[in-house]
Amino acid sequence: MTALLFPITIFVLAILVGFEVISKVPATLHTPLMSGANSIHGIVLVGGMLIAADATEIVGYTLAFVAMVFGATNVVGGYVVTDRMLQMFKKKPTAPKAEAKG
Amino acid sequence: MTISDLVYFAQLAGAAAFVLGLHYMNSPATARNGNLLSAGGMILAVVATLVGLVTREGGLSATSWVIILVGFAIGAGAGLWMARNVKMTAMPQLVSLFNAVGGGAAALVAMEDYLRIGTQGGASVSTSIFVVLGTAIGCVTFSGSLIASGKLQGLIRGKPIIFPGSRPLTVVLAVVAVVGTAVLILNAAGTLTLGSGAAALVLGVIIASALVFGITMVLPIGGADMPVVISLLNSFTGTAAAMAGFVLNNPVLIISGALVGASGGILTKLMADAMNRSIINIIVGGFGGGEGTVGSAGGGAIQARSVSADDVAIQLVYASNVIVVPGYGLAVAQAQYACRELGELLESKGVDVKYAIHPVAGRMPGHMNVLLAEANVPYPSLREMDEINPEFDRCDVALVVGANDVTNPAARRPGNPVSGMPILNVDHAKSIVVIKRSMGRGYAGIDNELYGNPKTGMLFADAKDGLGQLVAAVKAL
Repeated sequence: MTALLFPITIFVLAILVGFEVISKVPATLHTPLMSGANSIHGIVLVGGMLIAADATEIVGYTLAFVAMVFGATNVVGGYVVTDRMLQMFKKKPTAPKAEAKG
Repeated sequence: MTISDLVYFAQLAGAAAFVLGLHYMNSPATARNGNLLSAGGMILAVVATLVGLVTREGGLSATSWVIILVGFAIGAGAGLWMARNVKMTAMPQLVSLFNAVGGGAAALVAMEDYLRIGTQGGASVSTSIFVVLGTAIGCVTFSGSLIASGKLQGLIRGKPIIFPGSRPLTVVLAVVAVVGTAVLILNAAGTLTLGSGAAALVLGVIIASALVFGITMVLPIGGADMPVVISLLNSFTGTAAAMAGFVLNNPVLIISGALVGASGGILTKLMADAMNRSIINIIVGGFGGGEGTVGSAGGGAIQARSVSADDVAIQLVYASNVIVVPGYGLAVAQAQYACRELGELLESKGVDVKYAIHPVAGRMPGHMNVLLAEANVPYPSLREMDEINPEFDRCDVALVVGANDVTNPAARRPGNPVSGMPILNVDHAKSIVVIKRSMGRGYAGIDNELYGNPKTGMLFADAKDGLGQLVAAVKAL
């Protein structure tokens, strides 16, 4: 149990940080934010790497491989699609000039 | 300071980057950098983990290298392709899909760890608890998010699907999962002595019931509530990742998972508030999801007045104040560019054009802002509901494009499916024009009383065609 005290402390503090960080975001950014948070839990990719390193049997290898594929899809796809959404907010169209890259 | 210490600090820096990245998403000006910072943290954490694995005693076996590199390449390629090619209107279902695979990965990580430890002499009580939680939550998210994605994509009927016995089945599944969990915990405590094969079988039963539970949880929920459900499942995935972190004893997984679990929870509540619905209410029964019939709110058919594009063009050009109310119909018709063109044209003729954005316009909060921003509509012209509502009283023409339920005055009265939902006060405008393909109903399944208002003219057309006709007519004036 004592070994768990430290991880549980981190867990509780991280939850509080999560509440604080989000409560300040304006509604217009909720969609990109959901997508951004979605990419962050792709950190489970790290977990996939750790089990891939320790796996010894065919079952373990298979599970680790699928976990790697899933995790990488989550991380890469998540960040790219969030960036696509956010780059639209950046443009400040001024005079009617030619179409910028889309 | 050993290499493993450095790896630890690098992972910690990655987690800090996630927190700062979310913080920078507070404002449109810094949001993009926030996301890039978060991505940088992710790269740092992943590279550090790889370095840690390579430099540890024994290093990485050839098989492990292949699994990590090939698995990553396939997943990254698929994710990149989908993220680059998805249409902005189809984005909510893609986010849901990414969420599904994230949950699946968390479940697989917890599962693999348990199976391996199980064969090496058993897991402790606490590890068993975290394994079961990670696996079960991950599996619920996986199947639930796939269903949510399928509903938004139209692969599965968007209306609530309720089959006989679905509620009891859901309860039975939950009970099975809890009993299975109890068995595994007792096994770890030594009260029961299952072989590793039997323990794996029990875990398999838990997995199966969690997968089916995810399906039966999301099927009865209507398409309009799907964003809230996706956000809730997003929060679940974060929690599952944190549980996987406990199983692997990896702080960066715990921190990031808890961060997403908490922030996803808050976001879910904010979305539900915007629709004036409680989360419990949504999970237990969707829009018109319960028993009973959903009828017309006002009673009797609505008599609408049809108008031509030329008439509307004259109205618009001679107005001094126009408020455009875009809805999902505009998004599906890909009419955001035509909308921007009409707006610019009117501005050039001295008309003041603003856009009224309902919090849930489109499919998710903020979705409409993204779509209009994509079409280069000036950001300052977009107004949120509370800000724009008083202005409808001074507005000459309100142009409703493909929005329905969010403009229905019936929401101000109790006793119908949209009751209490915050709406845009479109009916306060001096004149109202609605571009819509038909008199069809919105997600709430009721007639919109706005269309029967004597001030309202209906321009029956697809959003893109309708706006195109208006642009042509305004130019011809």
